[in-house]
Amino acid sequence: MATNNEILVIADLTPNYEPKKVTFELLSKAAELQQAGGGSVAVLVMAPDPAGLAQKLGEYGANKLYAASGDHWNKEVAGGAADAVEVAINVSNPRLVLAVASINSRDLAGRLAIRLGSGVLWDVTDVKDEGGKLIFSGPIWGGSYAVSSSFTHDGNAIALVKPNSLTATKREGAAAAEVVPLNVERKTKGATITDSVQEASAGVSLEEAATIVSGGRGMGGPENFKLIEDLAAVLGAAVGASRPVVDAGWRPYRQQVGQTGKTVKPKLYIAVGISGEIQHKVGMQTSETIIAINKDPDAPIFGFADLGVVGDLFKIVPALTEEIKRRKGIAG
Amino acid sequence: MNIVVCMKETPDTTAEKRFTADLRLDRAAVAGVINPYDEYGIEEAIAQKEKLGGELTLLCMGPARAEESIRKAMAMGVDKAVLISDPALEGSDLIATARVLAAALQKLTFDIVIFGQASTDSNAGMIVTAVAELLGLPALTWASKLTIEGGKATIKRSHETGYDVVEAPLPCVVSVTQVINEPRYPSLKGIMQAKRKELTSYKLADLGIDASSVGSAGAGSKVEAANRVTLTRTPEIFKDADRAALYIADYLEKRKLI
Ligand SMILES: Cc1cc2nc3c(=O)[nH]c(=O)nc-3n(C[C@H](O)[C@H](O)[C@H](O)COP(=O)(O)OP(=O)(O)OC[C@H]3O[C@@H](n4cnc5c(N)ncnc54)[C@H](O)[C@@H]3O)c2cc1C
Ligand SMILES: Nc1ncnc2c1ncn2[C@@H]1O[C@H](COP(=O)(O)O)[C@@H](O)[C@H]1O
Repeated sequence: MATNNEILVIADLTPNYEPKKVTFELLSKAAELQQAGGGSVAVLVMAPDPAGLAQKLGEYGANKLYAASGDHWNKEVAGGAADAVEVAINVSNPRLVLAVASINSRDLAGRLAIRLGSGVLWDVTDVKDEGGKLIFSGPIWGGSYAVSSSFTHDGNAIALVKPNSLTATKREGAAAAEVVPLNVERKTKGATITDSVQEASAGVSLEEAATIVSGGRGMGGPENFKLIEDLAAVLGAAVGASRPVVDAGWRPYRQQVGQTGKTVKPKLYIAVGISGEIQHKVGMQTSETIIAINKDPDAPIFGFADLGVVGDLFKIVPALTEEIKRRKGIAG
Repeated sequence: MNIVVCMKETPDTTAEKRFTADLRLDRAAVAGVINPYDEYGIEEAIAQKEKLGGELTLLCMGPARAEESIRKAMAMGVDKAVLISDPALEGSDLIATARVLAAALQKLTFDIVIFGQASTDSNAGMIVTAVAELLGLPALTWASKLTIEGGKATIKRSHETGYDVVEAPLPCVVSVTQVINEPRYPSLKGIMQAKRKELTSYKLADLGIDASSVGSAGAGSKVEAANRVTLTRTPEIFKDADRAALYIADYLEKRKLI
């Protein structure tokens, strides 16, 4: 099936329907890819007032905005969204669909792959046009290999891109995206959200954080994570954890870094009381700078940290927090 | 309550993995294990069965040697298993795998199908809704708690700032995350019993699936190039705990990280 020369971006929104940074990253990449061939960039917005985002998304490269209105989208699990994305793909018939590599997108892509026969690539970190052929690159097997892949069939193809791997470029003075309303009928058999519990404020997520401070079993107990939180606060960082800490219920699963948790790539990763076993390592080894604090000089983490500090975390971490406060001029 | 649990055999995660000449994972070169995420699915299925009664069947698509992993699951408490094994399946993608699993599920009777959250070799996590779509069933995904009661399933689904409670009527499809339980070890008695449990093997033809539509020929994407990533860090070790805080702060300041 021949496609139109359009790239469709699925906007990733916060629970308050604000675009997340990754939405701008995806749009900027789509605009870059379309620049050469003169194709258009469209964005699907599922929100109560999609048109309200037309200016903002236009500034990052969206020419067209497919509007799926409704105030139910953040109460939906991916089933409902799959119906909207299917309609958008049918209207747009894009050569490529770009979405964030999240659990919701994975759920969406599973259904759409079947409905539309689309090829799917996930955990993508870059897309390049090589002589008319799109080449997708990304890490596999915990970052031990970098692969580049392509789609084998013409037709709608879906790529799920990791947050923070592309650059968002704002075009000052760009026109607002043209709004195209969609009529979405529900056809996915429902799973219904009956309750929604907020446990944390909508701060930066681990995957989007520029700095992460992670605590491991060396923290000794949930109450001591106050030390990690204080250090994270002065650094503007997100809090991470190793798996035993999550298994013990000291921290929520969404904070787990590693093979069975999240893969992160911040500018700075501080590992506190974490031994650095392979399953933890694969989730954070591509961080730009790694600092480890551990009292065991033989801890594996010292083999792949940029700076390894041997010593008692209960002394070092509070002192470090105070020192950074002092340098930043934050009142104690 | 009849439960089916889906299990994939994946390469041992700690082993060094290699590519074949046509850039696919060389599965023969590495020992196979129960996909670590599927241990949670298997545990959950056994625990639900123990609570609710009924029969628990394991479903696996994979090479013949996957029997070893299947017997382990049987030793944990799975009653019987179906293995779909066919040379034509090698290199199958998401759509092909989902079609095979869905076709096999249509031959079984179930109230609920339990999956792991993803397979560790692909890290995809998409088979679950793909199978649900093919069967026309609701999917409850990424569950950190599962309750089956009154003709419906209810899960806790964690997200960035908290969790949702999500429910669907039976029959439905569920995927579970690692926080949901602590997988058990097989007992000696379990290991003995596992040897005699029923294992049914299917070929593609048994499922009425055309061999040309699956395998690497039918795959929607292909790997063009693969490169080993070698991280070259030269660790600097600092041992003076009393000066550590100052040293780290300097280190961060020099690199403009604060
Ligand atoms: C299939 C599978 C999947 C897994 N997935 C993950 C995953 O996603 N993420 C993950 O993290 N793990 C995972 N693991 C577990 C992993 O193998 C390790 O067990 C885990 O990472 C260890 O966590 P830790 O470093 O916090 O604990 P430990 O290994 O117990 O290390 C604690 C460290 O704290 C140090 N310490 C103690 N007290 C102090 C102190 N006062 N000051 C300074 N240092 C101190 C100790 O020296 C030690 O090095 C997985 C395992 C398996 C089998
Ligand atoms: N070949 C397979 N045989 C049986 N179950 C599978 C197979 N592949 C994937 N699954 C199931 O689907 C889940 C998600 O897999 P994936 O989408 O490949 O990450 C796994 O945790 C398994 O429960």
